[in-house]
Amino acid sequence: MNAPLPRDWDTLRQSRSRRLERAASLGFGKEIPVDRIIDLLEAVIQPGDRVCLEGNNQKQADFLSESLADCSPERINHLSMVQSVLALPSHVDLFERGLANRLDFSFSGPQGARLAKLVQEQRIEIGAIHTYLELFGRYFMDLTPNVALIAAQAADAEGNLYLGPNTEDTPAIVEATAFKGGIVIAQVNERLEKLPRVDVPADWVDFTVLAPKPNYIEPLFTRDPAQITEVQVLMAMMAIKGIYAEYGVTRLNHGIGFDTAAIELLLPTYAADLGLKGKICTHWALNPHPTLIPAIEAGFVESVHCFGSEVGMDAYISARSDVFFTGADGSMRSNRAFSQTAGLYACDMFIGSTLQMDMAGNSSTATLGRITGFGGAPNMGSDPHGRRHASPAWLKAGREAYGSKAIRGRKLVVQMVETFREHMAPVFVEELDAWKLQKSMGAELPPIMIYGDDVSHIVTEEGIANLLLCRSPEEREQAIRGVAGFTPVGMARDKAMVENLRDRGIVRRPEDLGIDPRQATRDLLAARSVKDLVRWSGGLYAPPSRFRNW
Amino acid sequence: METLDFRFDSKPVPQAADPALCGVVGSGNLEILVQAGAQPNACEVSIKTSARGFASTWQAVLASFAASHPAGGTRIAINDMGATPAVVSLRLAQVLAEYQGGGQ
Repeated sequence: MNAPLPRDWDTLRQSRSRRLERAASLGFGKEIPVDRIIDLLEAVIQPGDRVCLEGNNQKQADFLSESLADCSPERINHLSMVQSVLALPSHVDLFERGLANRLDFSFSGPQGARLAKLVQEQRIEIGAIHTYLELFGRYFMDLTPNVALIAAQAADAEGNLYLGPNTEDTPAIVEATAFKGGIVIAQVNERLEKLPRVDVPADWVDFTVLAPKPNYIEPLFTRDPAQITEVQVLMAMMAIKGIYAEYGVTRLNHGIGFDTAAIELLLPTYAADLGLKGKICTHWALNPHPTLIPAIEAGFVESVHCFGSEVGMDAYISARSDVFFTGADGSMRSNRAFSQTAGLYACDMFIGSTLQMDMAGNSSTATLGRITGFGGAPNMGSDPHGRRHASPAWLKAGREAYGSKAIRGRKLVVQMVETFREHMAPVFVEELDAWKLQKSMGAELPPIMIYGDDVSHIVTEEGIANLLLCRSPEEREQAIRGVAGFTPVGMARDKAMVENLRDRGIVRRPEDLGIDPRQATRDLLAARSVKDLVRWSGGLYAPPSRFRNW
Repeated sequence: METLDFRFDSKPVPQAADPALCGVVGSGNLEILVQAGAQPNACEVSIKTSARGFASTWQAVLASFAASHPAGGTRIAINDMGATPAVVSLRLAQVLAEYQGGGQ
């Protein structure tokens, strides 16, 4: 019998103690003076650490990110960054200045071009691009942070944190870090004697710093109804009549964009006229989209659980606590991990948009020269094989896909796109740019956002393709070409086969759904401007200034 | 700026009112004027567009329109600022209805 090798079983705790001792030796207590934040970061972060920098497409720990980027690369280097979103210039500065060299993330919208350049120059190693829930999962597996830099609304003297309506990713990050020997540092917007509620208990938090200005929040989900086009109204009419009504979709998530904003604004008008109130769109996993206000006020919506909040919506949300999840203090509680779980297992439909789709229905927002990632779309836009509970929409989709003896249902995953984007860039393509991007990134797999075999329907201005009913790869391809309009791949369709698919209800035109495209006017929108949304909210919605033109 | 001219066979328009104008010249949009044409079984189209190099796409969009709508006996003038085929098809349907005195 081999005697076990002697080993220490608490190296993480010892490492944590040494870091805290270094901070203490520099005179730091729990509250860090704002002008000494760099000294603290250099004391507690070690070369090679895995650091989680909180930031999503909404809330950002921007002060801590800038401070980390200003640290000395002699003291701090070879960091492995784990973060939901690479959004701020300072996020990329970390790599350009030589503090960090490895990245695992989910989304990088605004910095996509700079990121692609760093990858090509081999100055950054990308571990993987994830969907949010997947990345959170890895925080508890093989990507547990040594140090987490987070953003909170307020701290009290003990270090308890109040996160405000934008809770977002904080609970997942803090839990993974605080319970595996890590260090948690929070930037806060204000110090209060008594917090409205405690979202993170003080003994999970090591240091707090009062940031010079409130953390940045991007109003990412605000869509001005004035910019919704008639073509988007037409596609929204088709989606409501041809999918929402036919499957009786009550529980759903909407992606970001004007296409789905148009649907939200047609609920109190077009959908109500079709007698669909109470029959569709009652329960949502959704950020508080301002364009959902008219549907809420019209009584369409029973419940909304949010990933994060949205700038200007807080007073409205507090005043609609039957609909939104709110704390005893009255303010909203969001939680990205739980909302993504709801989007995965408790929604019958995801509907969103994409930049490119190939003839197998694979879609990607990655285009040449930009590495943008996916956010939540791969999670919500996938059919979860772990689901067991039934619902009418899920069962109907399952029977369409697997036949009348189906032993499981199917999630509806709908991609809604105009066949051409701006500047006449075709959405439908023979080959996704993702394949070229894979080569230039040296990645194992092409960055595909939603796999074709998860997609159930495609909605374009030309019609709806129901991929569940296709019985062969050839039928799928022709169904996709059959709604691809005048794009080159659309014009390369087999016309006879598409007409056959149309006879079988696999491809449906507006007239097949009883929709006259000329009815698709902006007059159908419940709100035609941001000011209309404010009016619907009874003055409770306070849009950011860039959305005000009155 | 590119100028394109097409002629398509099309069933005669059942009834014609006054010349009809639809849309606006703005980014991603277009303006379409429909007037009486010379040949009852043909639709003549003249396009001024800011987006060069899309003649084959215009050809396909307009051919589909002329085949699916009775547009014979019309002359159609288009001022385009990069409208997508979706917008073009929608505006053509709208303006033809108006030309027939139907409006909505």
